[in-house]
Amino acid sequence: MIFKNKTLRKVVLASSVMATSVLSGMSAHADESPIKIGVMLPYSGVYAGLGEAATNGLKQALKEKGNTIAGRPVEFIISDTEAKPARAPELTSAMTDKDNADFIIGPVHSGVAMGMIKSVRNKDSIMIIPNAGANAATGAFCQPNVFRTSFSSWQTAYPMGNQAIEMGYKKVVTLSWNYGFGKESLAAFSESFEAAGGEVVKEIFVPFPKTEFQSYLTEIASIKPDAVFVFFAGGGSVKFVKDYDAMGLKGKIPLIGSGFLTEGTIEAQGEAADGLFTTLHYADTLDNPKNKAFRAEYLSLYNKPADLYAVQGYDAGQLIIQAVEATKGNTADKKALIKAMEGVEIDSPRGSFHFSKAHNPIQNIYLRKVENGENVVVKTAAANLNDPARGCRL
Amino acid sequence: MEMSLFLVQLLNGIQYGLLLFLVASGLTLVFGVMGILNLAHGSMYMIGAYLVYYFAAMTDSFWLAVVIACSIAMVIGVIIERFLIVHLYKRDHLDQVLLTVGLIFIFNAAQSFIWGNDPLGVDVPELLSSSIQITDIVEYPVYRLFLSVLCVGIAIGMYYVINNTKLGMMIRAGESNREMVENLGVNIGTLFTVVFAVGVTLSALAGIVSAPVVSLVPGMGERVLISCFVVVVIGGMGSIKGAFVAALLVGIVDTFASVLLPGMSSMTIYLLMALILIFKPQGLFKS
Repeated sequence: MIFKNKTLRKVVLASSVMATSVLSGMSAHADESPIKIGVMLPYSGVYAGLGEAATNGLKQALKEKGNTIAGRPVEFIISDTEAKPARAPELTSAMTDKDNADFIIGPVHSGVAMGMIKSVRNKDSIMIIPNAGANAATGAFCQPNVFRTSFSSWQTAYPMGNQAIEMGYKKVVTLSWNYGFGKESLAAFSESFEAAGGEVVKEIFVPFPKTEFQSYLTEIASIKPDAVFVFFAGGGSVKFVKDYDAMGLKGKIPLIGSGFLTEGTIEAQGEAADGLFTTLHYADTLDNPKNKAFRAEYLSLYNKPADLYAVQGYDAGQLIIQAVEATKGNTADKKALIKAMEGVEIDSPRGSFHFSKAHNPIQNIYLRKVENGENVVVKTAAANLNDPARGCRL
Repeated sequence: MEMSLFLVQLLNGIQYGLLLFLVASGLTLVFGVMGILNLAHGSMYMIGAYLVYYFAAMTDSFWLAVVIACSIAMVIGVIIERFLIVHLYKRDHLDQVLLTVGLIFIFNAAQSFIWGNDPLGVDVPELLSSSIQITDIVEYPVYRLFLSVLCVGIAIGMYYVINNTKLGMMIRAGESNREMVENLGVNIGTLFTVVFAVGVTLSALAGIVSAPVVSLVPGMGERVLISCFVVVVIGGMGSIKGAFVAALLVGIVDTFASVLLPGMSSMTIYLLMALILIFKPQGLFKS
């Protein structure tokens, strides 16, 4: 993927000529022009794996419909954001003005999301965020034509505050990298934890992306809190969980966190992750028929297990399908299309959800425990949790 | 800060510093003797870590994997020097930067292509996987102590080789006056190949032995490279003794700063560097 020309823009006609010609007989006046779906995800750099999973999920959803919605074929316009915020406005403008995309799916990275949101303001394209969790995307910067099928940072950490109280923890140290996702997660945890009578005795921010944690672990050991709440993702998660165990803290001071601590990292963490409690809106092991069917199909299509990012991409596809079917294939009337999107109930592998006024999912957040290298769902930590959407006037 | 806590933090700092030395020593050695600024030095750290991951999984033995990974790193070093760097000795640093930055891209692409972008981890070898209780709550992993001992051992080894062997003599001579060494009939080509391969292998070795205590992620080499440059610049470009002192200094300052000055901790080592350069523009030990 990394070899790909940076300005490369693949145009893929997803429908075959056959499919279109068969369907054309069905209704005499139906619009048969393609529905244009712009895809702006990272296919190179650190987040390449996430971009690939989201794209796979999206394509799986549309494939289930034969790549045709309400008689119209689907056309993908794919561009690589490389997870670089600086490139976002230019790439987005090309999608909205040159390609006239009906929908833009993207991005993974919150910094890129901010650039894209600015660029779709007052445009006809509808943006669907399949990952980036920045609260502001469906908060202070919310817009009629921006939807999110993933989560807000707040949603993934807030329920853990009450869980920590239920587990009997009174004094907690919180720790994360000093960047947006981490800060929002710690703030959301503290909000519910302190409201329920707990005390955050120390908040530690590690410079991003530093992974030398020894000094912080030594400090935690000297404070001796009841538990430690952390936010880390990817490589940072692996390193922190292993170091925590190696310093002998795991058996003495329980470690809890936002679900990203053990998402896509469990294999690398090994036994060090056993027994960790985290909260998230999904778990691979979630026991419902939709999730099982989705995962089986994903495995057969792509030859690797589905993950959270695939689910979020899949749901972006489902959102488009349901909304366009509701408008009977009409994508020209954007107001009606947005109204249709606001009304859908998505049957997601994570459990069904619909959108808040700010266009963020109102969804269940699960308490998960790592057992034998899997995130096992213990219970629903918060049912139908709605993000407060602070600063949004929709 | 309690005394026991202070001592644990000091241990953390020294241990981090020693690892920094292991990476930085190769960079400064190559610069000192050959005048080559190898920006792909961090990439070799990354390649070392991924190689040991690969071979540890394949052979089921960490130690065997260390030997294989080191050998491959050395071969890569020889190939890079013989086929690429050799054309640059008469050119200026900018050409070297272009070549070695290009190598960074190639190594990163190879890493992504072969091992993918998910974070990976290497298990601590069984023999060293225990921990020593040092305070009522803190245990110190034996593997980290082993790393420190290994780094000190390598530092002593380098000191001995440089001061007491013929190769060391040529290295010292090369550091102070390259043309003179050549004119005195030393086969500078072979010397350069050896030095470059050793420098690159030291970096790879740092990645190899760090693999069980870091997570293997794309871009890990570039992060190391930056810390490495701070160490080399503070110590004095080309001075191995300087790199040793600077690495310990950076390790200890960084460790204490992250606890005592949490808001500023990401800039402390750069402030330290700026401060030292004001008073010693050539670094602590000019070579």
